[in-house]
Amino acid sequence: MNITIDINGKDVTASIEPRVTLLDFIRDVAGLKGTHAGCEHGVCGACTVLLDGEAVRSCLILAAQAEGNSITTIEAVDGTARQPGELSVIQDAFCEAHGLQCGYCTPGMVLAAKTLLQHTPAPSREQVREAISGNICRCTGYMQIIDAIMLAAERLQGLNQPADGA
Amino acid sequence: MKSASFDYIRPETLDAACACLASHPDARIIAGGQSLVPMLAMRLARPSMVIDIAHIDGLSTIQETTDTVVIGAMVRQAAALSDPMIAKHLPLLAKALTHVGHPPTRARGTVGGSLVHADPSAEIPLVAVTLGANLRMREAGDDIAFHAEEFFIGPMLTLIPPTACLFEICFAKPSSAHVGTGFHEIAARRSDYALAAAAAHIEADDTGAVQDLRLAIGGVSDFPQRLPLDIHIDVSGDMTDTDTRLTTAIDAALDSVDFVEDMHASASYRRRVAAELARRAVDDALREIAQDLP
Repeated sequence: MNITIDINGKDVTASIEPRVTLLDFIRDVAGLKGTHAGCEHGVCGACTVLLDGEAVRSCLILAAQAEGNSITTIEAVDGTARQPGELSVIQDAFCEAHGLQCGYCTPGMVLAAKTLLQHTPAPSREQVREAISGNICRCTGYMQIIDAIMLAAERLQGLNQPADGA
Repeated sequence: MKSASFDYIRPETLDAACACLASHPDARIIAGGQSLVPMLAMRLARPSMVIDIAHIDGLSTIQETTDTVVIGAMVRQAAALSDPMIAKHLPLLAKALTHVGHPPTRARGTVGGSLVHADPSAEIPLVAVTLGANLRMREAGDDIAFHAEEFFIGPMLTLIPPTACLFEICFAKPSSAHVGTGFHEIAARRSDYALAAAAAHIEADDTGAVQDLRLAIGGVSDFPQRLPLDIHIDVSGDMTDTDTRLTTAIDAALDSVDFVEDMHASASYRRRVAAELARRAVDDALREIAQDLP
């Protein structure tokens, strides 16, 4: 079947089998490899993307179901405002707080954090735990990830900007 | 972790979806897909056709009548969780929804999908049984309905006819102004399947005498079930022995439950935990009523 999905503001059209998931569409058709394939049955959260701004698991959505929705992947986490390679505030906070080691879960964590901070700009640590409760990390032990999201929340509210204002 | 092949159809009316079910006996309906897609990926389900009901008008609304709240089958769990009408009239459902999966699955998963999937540990079926919801479905052009308490007959098994499609769930609003609710569950980790869960919905009259006490448990047997309690409680009266009487009444009611045993928990563990969670759920509900009384 022919389907068209808006991914990061661009319409991607392809003829696919109905069994193709949104995850495989993003990685193999749109060629965006930042969305990671983990368990492929909805347990690990590595494949998290934003669907109309909300974090969802792309492995649990058929590509055909996503027609008509707009999808945001890690490649466009900060819209189009930044240069390629430049980190968003949330990504930068993950680096600074050591919120990643191998990085496999990180795109999902960052997008789960983005949804949280859109709804709750000043979350409690408990709310952060709830927001990432569907994302598994086998390296960090989660504490630095929570630190990173708390740091990103502060920065996004302008409470803890770097001294030079950059 | 790739599905077997299937055809995909996106009907625009309920009758078209039912016709499709009738012409393809092994077709499956997909709503939010948060249970079905993993089953497809693990090839536990291999339907020849998947029928996507997301484009049928009118399945995604929450409506209020004088004494009911009617939730469309395609209403997303996240939408139900943030709905002020549900928070006001169905506080038990609002409490339970915070335990359903986690934010990314609630953004896609639906109220109706969870009901017809009928996982024994699922929270929404437990609430439907507690509150005596009415499940309305279309079959061959006719509207039929099932009472939640009779609908669930086994793990992932319900009385839904093979060619029927659930379209809305009707909950009665509380008839009293003094309502208390409680919901507790235990799982291996947050957002995992409940090993045991308990839901309580209690209504009292203006003097604090309990008129309607509804308690149900889930996750411990093949399907969620009500626990009839032989107990009289007056919230504004002498409450000193309530806890003891409640524990005894719950224990007696649990005698009729056939507890399951699996690799995650023994039957005796489930019974002990269910008893405690049930006590806490009733306790929460009574406390809410007591705070609310003048």
